[in-house]
Formats: sequence, structure tokens, C-alpha cells
Amino acid sequence: MADATLQTARETTPIIELRGVTRTLPGVVPVTLVRDIDLAILRGEFVAITGPSGSGKSSLLYLLGLLDRPSEGEVWMDGQATSALSEAERAALRLSRLGFVFQFHFLLPEFNVLHNVMLPLRKAARLTLHECRQRAEGLLVELGLKDCIAKRPDQLSGGQRQRVAIARALANDPQVILADEPTGNLDSKNGALVFDIFERLVEAEGRSVITVTHDPGLAGRCERRVHLIDGRIVDDGVPG
Amino acid sequence: MDLLLDIAFKHLRNRRRQTLVSLLGVSLGVGFFIAIAAMMQGFQNYFIDKIIDVSPHVEMKDEYRAPPPQPAERAFAGGAVHLVGVKPKDEPRGIKNGKAKVAALSALPGVTVAPVLSGEMILRYGSKDVSGTIVGIDPARERLVSKLERDLTAGGLDDLYTTANGIILGSGLAAKVGAALGDTLTVLSTAGVILKMKVVGLFETGIVNLDNFQAYALLKKVQVLQDRPNVVNRIRLRLERVTEAEVVARRVEARFGYRTESWQEANKNVLGIFVIQNGIMYSTTGAILVVAAFGIFNIISTVVLEKSRDIAILKSLGLTARDIGAIFVFEGLLIGVIGTLLGWAIGYGLTQALESIEFEIEGFVKSEGFILYYSATHYLIGAVMALIASTFAAYLPARKAARVDPVDIIRGAT
Repeated sequence: MADATLQTARETTPIIELRGVTRTLPGVVPVTLVRDIDLAILRGEFVAITGPSGSGKSSLLYLLGLLDRPSEGEVWMDGQATSALSEAERAALRLSRLGFVFQFHFLLPEFNVLHNVMLPLRKAARLTLHECRQRAEGLLVELGLKDCIAKRPDQLSGGQRQRVAIARALANDPQVILADEPTGNLDSKNGALVFDIFERLVEAEGRSVITVTHDPGLAGRCERRVHLIDGRIVDDGVPG
Repeated sequence: MDLLLDIAFKHLRNRRRQTLVSLLGVSLGVGFFIAIAAMMQGFQNYFIDKIIDVSPHVEMKDEYRAPPPQPAERAFAGGAVHLVGVKPKDEPRGIKNGKAKVAALSALPGVTVAPVLSGEMILRYGSKDVSGTIVGIDPARERLVSKLERDLTAGGLDDLYTTANGIILGSGLAAKVGAALGDTLTVLSTAGVILKMKVVGLFETGIVNLDNFQAYALLKKVQVLQDRPNVVNRIRLRLERVTEAEVVARRVEARFGYRTESWQEANKNVLGIFVIQNGIMYSTTGAILVVAAFGIFNIISTVVLEKSRDIAILKSLGLTARDIGAIFVFEGLLIGVIGTLLGWAIGYGLTQALESIEFEIEGFVKSEGFILYYSATHYLIGAVMALIASTFAAYLPARKAARVDPVDIIRGAT
């Protein structure tokens, strides 16, 4: 009984929560990217952030991923307010708890596939170099990239590169994957493949995945959709 | 740390040509510094060693540093007294009570003393008249204060005792007058005394001023030649601790009143030139390294610009601004360290090459090639200069890289 209560509490405790968050770019004419956002992301949720271009989808994702700081309001991570944290502390949170996947793979061209995936592991320095290698190889095999381990990013297809980027995002076993239009640069087949991986991460591994997408079909595969217009959440619920 | 170094190394490896040019700049700067420093310090050390060996460490002269104060000046010290047209008292030249002073100085610990009388002379041999300085010495004492005996290329110091009017000539002086060992020449002094003297020795110190203009004879003979019986006008001191020369000189001058010069003061014009030489050497090397630093600044600035997306992604992965800055500082340091190692090799090679060049030169010293001094300090100074230049050159773009806002870059890229 106690275990079940604990389990329920864990599942209903937001892993990331935005309370009254507004982000305004200062300038002669200040530009508000998102305004008055209240949003809680639970463990194991698969969330799509949708909306027209310029509606603040990516800005919201960067706030969720601690890459940006809100002008007003607070971002909470695992019950911890993050606005007072130093850049180094926020970087440490990104390293250990968050994984990013962007529209462009952003793999480092000087490193081969294996070493790209090993980057966050080496930075975290929790494992030996040998263990880092084993972990990275395991992830690449899991994502069907066994034959690409020693290749350089420019020797891979777009879909393969994006899967390497996902492997890199998963390297430190993060609780949350944040994806900014991860299929925007892929054909429909590879796009679907990426979403297959995300579904598996959510269902089999209990991670939270938050993805920005323009594609209504892919958004429909998520269990929750947050729709933005002009920086405000206008709809938050099960995709229709 | 190894991750940051790894990224830094790979950035540089990806820009091979630019990296190579920067490395070349640093290594040439370090290499030339080492070679020039070896050459300059080699010459300077040789000169100083020679001066210390050949000349007295401290020399008391029969003159005063400042004229003695007039009674009116003593009576109204600090008052509004200004004396003009004062005729100094004519005093007989020479050090008063020379023997007593020699005895007093000999009593000082770590000091050996030799009185001498030196004066101008003209050597006449055949149709040649050559002017120079003749120094009257007591060979037994001279041995204690200078390395003259070691520098003899012919004859011996004791021959001055055994030959009636013996004279030892500097090799350059002998060459100028055309005399050789055993020849008899005419020596004229400013006092008008003329002596026939036999060449009993030749010396070569390597210091051109001494070899070309100096001769030695027995003190008694020079006193006769200068018509100054029992007079000495210099007291030479050799110290166990040569570094104390200046202190001893000041102490002796304060005690006896006569102008007393340390070897540093006696050669301050040359030592001053050395300071200027060193200044030129450091400036030249500094200029080379500044140019190299611009190269490093250029390459790292370019990398920062090119890699802004990589910087953004690294920050999103969890690298801190400090990590990002460190990557680019490491790039500068890598160029600095590798450039230094190459520079050490170039410097050593250049020094060896300079050593193999043979030529005759006669300036302050006579030499048959470059006089080189190998010192780890030169290598260390070269390394420190290169590392400071390369780190500073990398620091500015590194700071810019550290300040990159990942959101701006990622937003711009998508």
C-alpha cells in the first residue's frame, strides 16, 4: 500500500514545472517570446509542443531545458527552483538530467560517432573511459547504428545522424529528453523512426519526452499536446 | 580535463595549415631567442670572465672622486655659498704611504694586494713608434692578483727578475711595433727617460684593449722610467668573492679617500652596452612572439567563429562557460607548448650551427668565432615568453567563446 502511494506520488510530482513564466527579449522594442506559462511535465510523459511558426515553441523548450532564463516566473526541476542557480549549476543539471535533440544533429565533425556519444559521458566523469565506450556502444547498437560506430558524422545519412544525436542525448541516462523539431530535417520514414524511439523511451524506460513539432501526425502520437499561439498556451491536453 | 584537451587538439588538427603557421611563429621566436641569448650571454660572460681574470677586482687610484671641499664650503655647509674660480692645489701624483696602505689592505680577509705604477710610454723599434701603457709590477704579487702568467704565450713572469730591463708585451702591441721575444726596444716615458728594454714575454688575454696597448715591467724599472722613485699610483686588489667587489671598493674608498673602482665600475661603459644589447634581444624576441601571438589570436578567433554551433551544443550538453573558455585557452597553450618544444630544438640547432662558424673578430675581445653559452635558463625564459604570449592570444577569443549564448546560436541555426 505504502509502495503504491509512493509510486503515485512520484508519478504525479512534476519533473519540470513552469509557474507564471514569461520570457521577454530586452531591446528598444522588447519582444515577448512566451508569456504567463504554467506547465508541469510529469515523469514518463510524452508531450508535443505545437503551434505556428513564431508562437514560442522552441523558446518554451529552451526554458524547460534550462538553456534560457525566464524574465518572470520560475522554472522548477524536481521541486527545485532554478532561477537562483549559477550557470555552472544549471549546466550540471543539463548534464545529468536532460538530453537535447535538435532539428540539426549538431554532431561535432571532428569526432566520430562513438566519440560524439561519449562526449556527455566524459564530461560527467562518472565512468571510466572504457565504461564510457561500452555505454556509448550499447546505445548505438540499441538505436541500430552498430555499423556506424567508427564513422564520421559526414559519412552518415540524415536519419542516422539524428539517431546518433538521440544516443548522445541518452548517454547520461537523463530523465527528460527535449527535442526541438527533431524530424524537421528528415523524410517521413526517418521521422517516424525517431518517434518510434521516443515512444520506446517513454513506454519502456519511463523517461519524459518533450518534443516541438510542426507535424500534426507525429504530434498525434504523443499522449499530450501543448498548443501555443503568440507565446501563450491555448490548449493543453490529449491530441485531438 | 582530458575531454577539453581532446576537443582543443582536434580543433587545431582540423586547421592544419593555420596551426602550422602559428607553431612556426612561436618556435622561430623561441629558437631565435635561444640562439641570440646563447651568443650574447656567451660573449658577455667571456668578457666578464676575462675582465675578472685579467684585471684587478678592485683598484685604488691616485686620484679623488671629487675635489676636496674648500674651507668656506665646510664652514657654511648648506649655506648660500658658491665658490667660483677655485684653483685646485697641485698635489704630487701617486698614492701617499703606498706601503702602509698595501699592508693595511693585505690585512683585509679574502683580499690579496699588489701595488703598481702605470704610465704612458712610447715603444720604438726600428722605424716604428707605438704608444701604450706600461705597468710596473712585482711578479710575485702580480701572480696573486691577476692571471697574467696564464695568459703568457711566450716567456715567463720571473724573466722580469732575471733580465736586466725586461718587458712583457701584449701580443697586439708586439705585432704593431713588430717586435718578438728576445728583441730589444727603446722605451720612452712622458718624463723623458729612455730605456732599452728586452722583450722577455708576450701575453694574450683576449681583451683587445689590453693586448694592443699594455706592457709589463718590474715596478722598480717603471719607477725609473717614469722618474717617480718609490711611487705607486695604483693598488690592485683581488677578492676571494668577486661579487663583493663593489662593497669592498666603497669601503676602501671611504677609508683611504682615494678613488677606488670595482671591476664593474671600471667597465661600466661596456656593461652598459650589455644592458642595451639584452634589451634589444628581448625586444626582438618579444616582437617575433607578438607576431606569433597575432597568428594564434587569428586562428582561435576563426575557430570560435566557425564553431559557435558546436559551442552551443556543448553548452546544451552540460559544459560550462568555464569549460568552453578552457578549450580555447588550451588551444593557445597547445600551440605554445608544441611551439616551445620545436623552438627548443630549433634554438639548439641554431646554436650548434653558430658554433661551427669560424671567423676572426676583434672588438672588445678577440675571438675566432661566436662565443656561445648554453644555459637552461634561456630555454626556460623562451618557454615562459612563448606560453605567456600564446595564452594571452588565446584568452581573448576564449572569453568570447565562453560568453556564447547557446539559445541565440541554436535559434539562429534552426
